[in-house]
Amino acid sequence: MKIKLQTKNLNVWYSNVQIVRDFTIKIPEKRITAIIGPSGCGKSTFLKALNRMVELVPGAKVSGEVILDGKNVYDQDVDDTEIRWKIGMVFQKPNPFPKSIYENVAYGPRIHGIAEKERLKHLVEESLRKAALWEEVKDRLYISAFELSGGQQQRLCIARTLAVNPEVILMDEPCSALDPIATTKIEDLLFDLKNNYTIVIVTHNLQQAARVSDYTSFMYLGKLIEYGRTEEIFERPKNKQTQDYVMGRFG
Amino acid sequence: MKGKIRLKLSGKVLTAPFASVSILAVFFIFLFVFTQGLPLFNQISPFDFLFNLTWRPTATPPSFGVIPLILGSLIVTLLALLISVPLGILGAVYLAEIANPKIRELLKPAIEVLSGIPSVVYGFFGLVVLVPLVQNTFGLPTGETALTGGIILAIMILPTILSISEDAISSVPVDYKEASLALGATKWRTIKSVTIPAAASGITAGIILGLGRAIGETIAVMMVTGGAPIIPTSIFYPVRTLTQTIAAEMGETVFGSTHYSALFAIGIVLFIMTLILNSVAIRLIKRKNGERR
Amino acid sequence: MKAKICQRLGFGAARIAILISLSIMGYLLFYIISNGAGIISWDFLTKPPTSGMTAGGIFPAIIGTLLLVTLAIAISLPLGLVSAIYLVEYSSKESRFMRLVNSAIYNLNGVPSIVFGLFGLAFFVKFLGFGTSLLSASLTLSLMILPTVIVTSVEALKSVPEYFREASLALGATKGQTILKIVLPAAFPGIITGAILGVGRAAGETAPILFTGAVFYMKGLPISLLDPVMALPYHLFVLATEHPNISKVRPIQYGTALVLLILVLLISLTAAVIRYWYRSRRRW
Repeated sequence: MKIKLQTKNLNVWYSNVQIVRDFTIKIPEKRITAIIGPSGCGKSTFLKALNRMVELVPGAKVSGEVILDGKNVYDQDVDDTEIRWKIGMVFQKPNPFPKSIYENVAYGPRIHGIAEKERLKHLVEESLRKAALWEEVKDRLYISAFELSGGQQQRLCIARTLAVNPEVILMDEPCSALDPIATTKIEDLLFDLKNNYTIVIVTHNLQQAARVSDYTSFMYLGKLIEYGRTEEIFERPKNKQTQDYVMGRFG
Repeated sequence: MKGKIRLKLSGKVLTAPFASVSILAVFFIFLFVFTQGLPLFNQISPFDFLFNLTWRPTATPPSFGVIPLILGSLIVTLLALLISVPLGILGAVYLAEIANPKIRELLKPAIEVLSGIPSVVYGFFGLVVLVPLVQNTFGLPTGETALTGGIILAIMILPTILSISEDAISSVPVDYKEASLALGATKWRTIKSVTIPAAASGITAGIILGLGRAIGETIAVMMVTGGAPIIPTSIFYPVRTLTQTIAAEMGETVFGSTHYSALFAIGIVLFIMTLILNSVAIRLIKRKNGERR
Repeated sequence: MKAKICQRLGFGAARIAILISLSIMGYLLFYIISNGAGIISWDFLTKPPTSGMTAGGIFPAIIGTLLLVTLAIAISLPLGLVSAIYLVEYSSKESRFMRLVNSAIYNLNGVPSIVFGLFGLAFFVKFLGFGTSLLSASLTLSLMILPTVIVTSVEALKSVPEYFREASLALGATKGQTILKIVLPAAFPGIITGAILGVGRAAGETAPILFTGAVFYMKGLPISLLDPVMALPYHLFVLATEHPNISKVRPIQYGTALVLLILVLLISLTAAVIRYWYRSRRRW
């Protein structure tokens, strides 16, 4: 089991309030790892620390290591923008740019220097296919992204992320703003995506975590309480707190 | 990838200097107006300048007392406020509390547009309509009086007072009004005793801003009062304001002469006056924002 | 019962107040329009003045005003926009520098227009030696409208939701790329509205150009930046107060006033239309 991404003693503070405590975890390559826990326990903050998005929050401080393929992403000589396309992110509320569908997907490759029309067109189609959106939009690539439904917009955001060819995809409660049908479509998509990408998904929906992920980690008050294969966590949790949470006794 | 890092750092460095232009502008304006005015005080003392009762720059010996001009500015400004404040506050009450939303949607932008009318147009209107009107109504030798100046200034600052007061009144929390109405007070009583006091800092800020505009207004006032720089004894006589003096006399001065410096000295007075008024206004606005939790 | 009477009186007073306010302003517009409409003709707009200003048109004044505002906005828009970008995107929100900048903008906005004129005279005309010229006058005007441009640009930039920036950065874009490719295009209508408002203000001002560049009569049009310039507000002002034959040129005064009024109102209208269109079209 190859480890793609790992953290060592990761701590995050927002304006001197500690959010993530001493988090050490190993995330396997090309699998889906879920992070569950009650709201407010720091899951999103932890996610943002993985691709250095947390640095954009004023007053944020990080200590510890986040290691991608053997290199700590917080090292001085590492370019944070490079990390952010290698470790892509999909947000809770779909946030397409106020541009056309085509332009949304092409944005990433463009800023990384790809300019030839043919290559871009090919990339856009490929990414939309991988996000299971191509068939639905192929005839209207140039309409505004806001014309799409919520679920389609989220898949567009996924396509946008895929277009820069990331190695890891972080997802912060990607379905919480969507209806059940849209949610199912995205969950199905995840099964396809994990063949090529390492996925870390934060969710407060226990059923979703159980359905979708290979590994699950339970986070509470900023700390990693338990981590293991999803079946183990849900059926035979070793920690009482974990057991209480997955049984629905709190959260 | 190293190139990208360099670009990011210099974003802040590239744009910050532009932001400092505003600071430099204020500083330089003060500096230049001040230094051009300072030579005056080689000839007369600041005390003389501020408290002398005669402004006769072309007499021999010349006299540079600004009291008549300050009084002139004060009179027209006070008149303007006397007219525009009640009209403005009552009008704002109408817009914020009484008018139905559609009318309000129509009138608010209209008032904003009206506040963009150039001062020379106001002045022209004052000249051809108000001046004869005042002259005939009051049987005066000339209609170019302090009163006329006050009226035209009132018309000019009315949109400012209207819109700012309207904003202040409509941002009073609904709970205050509801509490009063629930106790059986009429809408008008609520407006008078609850809403307006609650909006007081905002309204006062609007009045002070209007006041600042009135004191700083040159062209419109110049076109309708055209008086001699003597101490005003009645609103039915012509007056001379601070701003008017600069505009009217600058053309006749020699660069670098004492008269030239004197006009700049008036500029210093104006600059400082508006600086003070503005900081009072901003403090009031801050207080209003702070009070609302 | 007494309370109800009070209310009737109060509401009545408020209604009268707004009526008075609107009628005065309405009358002003009506008066200028009705008296000036007859003078406006193609010739009036496109021919220069003749016979000591008692006949002919006001073409050079129109061109002069257009030149002045174009230059003024060409200077203050870039300056103001980049300042706004710094304030919204780069500055640390509580820094002393930023508070200084904000207070400078606020105070600059309150400086009386005649003081701008004095500064323009002392600095651009004399100190820098540009003389009474198009250049000095536009520079003075550009300083005057700078606060307007900055404040509206800041508003426009702030109205772009944070999540657009987040999405862009999460794709590996730098802050600069995000600002150029996402934030500015989204804020564009708001920025343009601010620029147009600035232009409107600059078009109507007399005091700042009084000693810095405006002349009542010149032969032909300005050919270089260092030439003086005729302008609508100044033209009206001199026609109405200093012309040797004021009553004879009365019609021209009305015509000039109307042209100026139409110009300014058109500009305000354009800004309002853009703002409205932008707000209704926005999908976020």
